[in-house]
Amino acid sequence: MALKMLEREERTLLTGAEAAAHAMRQLRPAVVPVYPITPQTPIIETFAQFVADGLVDTEIINVESEHSAMSAAVGASCAGARVLTATSSQGLALMLEICYIASAMRCPIGMAVGSRALSGPINIHCDHSDSMMARDAGWIQIFCENAQEAYDLSVVGQRLAEDGRVLLPVMTIQDGFTITHSAEPVALLPDDAVAEFVGEYQALYPLLDTDHPTTQGPFALPDYYFEIKRQQVDAMANVGGVWSELQEEFAKLSGRYYRGVFEAYKLDDADYVYVILGATAGTAKVAIDRLRRQRKRVGLLKLWLFRPFPAREIAQALQGRKAVAILDRALSLGSWGPLYSEISAALNAISARPVLYNYIYGLGGRDIRPEQLMSIVNDLECEANADVQRFIGLRE
Amino acid sequence: MLKRYQELPIGGVVVGGATPQLVKTGSWRSGQKPVYDQQRCIHCLLCWVHCPEATILIERGQMRGFDYEHCKGCGLCAEHCPTGAIQMLKETGGS
Repeated sequence: MALKMLEREERTLLTGAEAAAHAMRQLRPAVVPVYPITPQTPIIETFAQFVADGLVDTEIINVESEHSAMSAAVGASCAGARVLTATSSQGLALMLEICYIASAMRCPIGMAVGSRALSGPINIHCDHSDSMMARDAGWIQIFCENAQEAYDLSVVGQRLAEDGRVLLPVMTIQDGFTITHSAEPVALLPDDAVAEFVGEYQALYPLLDTDHPTTQGPFALPDYYFEIKRQQVDAMANVGGVWSELQEEFAKLSGRYYRGVFEAYKLDDADYVYVILGATAGTAKVAIDRLRRQRKRVGLLKLWLFRPFPAREIAQALQGRKAVAILDRALSLGSWGPLYSEISAALNAISARPVLYNYIYGLGGRDIRPEQLMSIVNDLECEANADVQRFIGLRE
Repeated sequence: MLKRYQELPIGGVVVGGATPQLVKTGSWRSGQKPVYDQQRCIHCLLCWVHCPEATILIERGQMRGFDYEHCKGCGLCAEHCPTGAIQMLKETGGS
């Protein structure tokens, strides 16, 4: 049934930014406080056009900075509104102080991130240093491979954020330019189907409910701070289960099933596994297809959820493999790449631990090609020294 | 009795109104406290509007003094008083 629907379905040529803006329109936010920044700008430009055309009834607040955007988002969310926004790079850095407050105050704000390198040196192109900087801020982080995922996971992500078992803000991350500015055929759901799927947001303690007064964001001294942080730990722990539940429901609606918390591509019999976030997973699929034609048993594990980090599921998937190449599009200077560190910790739970390799690639928008990804398997096969960080596409 | 994390409303929300009354913020006051001159007070209640801790005591719409158990000594009342009836005076021990 779902497959038949898919065959008849119309697709629209959209950039990732436009796809995210359509999701925002269909999610019908009451308030969108936002500040433009490359490469996020086409998201809010497209959305602002929808508002100007009367297609969605939203109050856009043109603020003076991203710090103000996130502050206004927290205020509006506490008041009881569904709030969405968008940012990139330096904008996320400027928001970050308030991002921690948004999650601690349990505001399910939805934010589209067009991932871009952090300065310096100043650069406008894609890497994941902005999203990785925000990884401890208490937000759900969903990485998207393409425009279709940016649309679908914005819709599912918002309902996930607002679920009573979760109530956390969510970042839906698409690679800057590579996805935000590239047009692809995207299947959109009907407006009313999305409206029905996400429902209305009902805040637990809406500030505007003056019959039930509350104090929000109070000072929490050593006697309470720890307990309030522990509540966030529980909320994060609930995300995986709610995600799976919602994806099943979304699959019935859309015919697109995001099964599990990561995509397993040719993984079943793979001795060698690549782990990747975002758009480069598409390039890796091409590389893996070519390697498979050379009878190399290579597969891909592409994470959708980075926060919460699905450690148990990843450990199960990687148990018994010969070697795993973990590709980080960000540095954690003075240590391993962020994704590598997470996976290394996750594998403590298993005995048949594969050899892990850490590759840094694509910083500041440096291109990455299938041949480069294909050559990684040579390191894995010849059991090269795994005790060093390697750099792909760097002049050295 | 301090509550366990499972028993607290999420997000640090404090449910119910007038909860500042439960915290004796007067103990934070250091140095200066407000006093007022009844002769100069015109009962405009701007002090009541600006006080962040609701420490201005009102009876039948008239200013009647300060609740020093909750007054933090911030001086906003004196700053906003249009007739200079409220002064911040140096405090010497006790409250």
